[in-house]
Amino acid sequence: MNVALVDGVTASNSALRRFLHGLPGVDQVGADSRAAMLSTRSIKASAKEQAIDLAISMVDLTTLEGMDTPGKVRAMCAKALRPDPSSAGVPHVAAVCVYGDMAGIAREAVGDVLHVAAVATAFPSGRASLNVKLQDTRDAVLAGADEIDMVIDRGAFLAGRYLEVFEEIVAVKEACGSAHLKVIFETGELRTYDNVRRASWLAMLAGADFIKTSTGKVSPAATLPVTLILLEAVRDWHRQTGSLVGVKPAGGIRTAKDAIRYLVLVNETCGPTWLTPDLFRFGASTLLNDLLLQRQRMATGHYSGPDYVTID
Amino acid sequence: MESRADIRKTYKLFIGGAFPRSESGRSYKVDDSKGAFLANAALASRKDARDAVLAARSAQPKWWDATAYNRGQILYRVAEMIEGRRGQFEDDVVSAEGVSRRKAASAVDAAIDRWVWYAGWADKIAQVLGSSNPVAGPYFNFSMPEPTGVVAAVAPQDSSLLGLVSVVAPIIVGGNTVIVVASQNRPLPAVTLAEVLATSDVPGGVVNILTGDYAEISPWLASHADVNALDLTGVGDAGLAKQLAVDAAVNVKRVLPPPRKAPDWFDDPGLDRIRAFVETTTVWHPIGV
Repeated sequence: MNVALVDGVTASNSALRRFLHGLPGVDQVGADSRAAMLSTRSIKASAKEQAIDLAISMVDLTTLEGMDTPGKVRAMCAKALRPDPSSAGVPHVAAVCVYGDMAGIAREAVGDVLHVAAVATAFPSGRASLNVKLQDTRDAVLAGADEIDMVIDRGAFLAGRYLEVFEEIVAVKEACGSAHLKVIFETGELRTYDNVRRASWLAMLAGADFIKTSTGKVSPAATLPVTLILLEAVRDWHRQTGSLVGVKPAGGIRTAKDAIRYLVLVNETCGPTWLTPDLFRFGASTLLNDLLLQRQRMATGHYSGPDYVTID
Repeated sequence: MESRADIRKTYKLFIGGAFPRSESGRSYKVDDSKGAFLANAALASRKDARDAVLAARSAQPKWWDATAYNRGQILYRVAEMIEGRRGQFEDDVVSAEGVSRRKAASAVDAAIDRWVWYAGWADKIAQVLGSSNPVAGPYFNFSMPEPTGVVAAVAPQDSSLLGLVSVVAPIIVGGNTVIVVASQNRPLPAVTLAEVLATSDVPGGVVNILTGDYAEISPWLASHADVNALDLTGVGDAGLAKQLAVDAAVNVKRVLPPPRKAPDWFDDPGLDRIRAFVETTTVWHPIGV
């Protein structure tokens, strides 16, 4: 898809609607069973060791609570830099993900070793005026965030005002400057897989660097089939435009086993190119502990327990 | 009347209040004392043990948070329900141990009495094992028994019901949760006990029952960093018992070694087993505050 074509399909709401509704529909049963089938793959021994380390390096360690304090953010950053002080060779995570007002504290704590992702644009609901959203974004970037996680306006999307959503993403992308933009769909609120596919293409047309399933505040959050649809979209986008867009499932991924299932899905859908923290991330808080427990289990030969990881 | 089809059972494990098959999909034949086929039982794997530890760990804080009185009531209710299924337990003991029906009946009686006896201890442990200590200062000083946490136990191999009850009840009465590996060749009374526990008020995960080869499962429980104590009562092989005690050192577990000579489970049990799985916490409290 070249620039002229992108301009063409985004010329008006009806053109965009024609394009998005012209995308092939998602076979829901097929997507579910494909994801279920791939999740039965068994990854053992040294492959599992590699998968666990890769998954650790892909984690966006997240704290998005109203009760976050600077101390909690600093503690999380320390853990992000050195997830398991008892064992050498554990990679650091990809990024820390915080609210915009904590971005400065996080940046100070992680230096330039890790990315700092800040949620912006009236996260998690996205219910604010465009001006507020843009200012939210600029504030976070100014405070030191080099990745912005924005939420789309699900109300506008579900009402069919696609161009409005598109223009909002374009505007936020511009406000990001050099920071990477992740676009959160909140797939649990989009209702259908067809909508998930449309949202994926809409975000990529608008210049998203990453597409992300959920805020983690709504259930269901990330699921395997939804992530499969996102992965298919970035794969097809790459085939048509040659540019690489990342995928970030977030929320509800708590065990190492789940994480490895996602990695299998990535490898089978997009190939090994996407098996890097630059193109695939896990948005998670408790996942890291389980990854560390499994890593300890493989390193020591006996089962570990929650006494041997931090309480978050 | 036409002859009915046999109902042949393949029993399952009891983990977290549910009855899962072994993760490994394996089962093994259980014969009666004369070698005739009785049923199939699940052959638990190390991953079943791991799941059981998770279930026991998540159940433990809530079980300890319940008032001692409430724990006693819940355990007493279990005794009531064993009484209600006394016939089935007698059948199980007869076929498992090859004893006469009268002997089996007295074992079931003793098991029920044992359970009631331990249930009664729930709200008395603190008075007997705790103390208020005189100290040289304006402080109250209390020592109180608290649960060790998650306990892994190997049940006696011979006494399939009374021995099992005598191992499980003292562990949980103190506020611990337990993963117990049932008698390897006589697991059916344990399976029936699981059915009793599942329909009683005992919260899921407080008692988890695994059937299978204890020599395969117990090393994983002994070295598990999230298990706090090990009860080796049913481990007959002295070499294995020693190795398990060594493995248990990884996180300094309490270890109750196998008895030196085969115990008579009908004897008065005393407080030893309760005491083995409680820790003493001592607190200082200023007087007048």
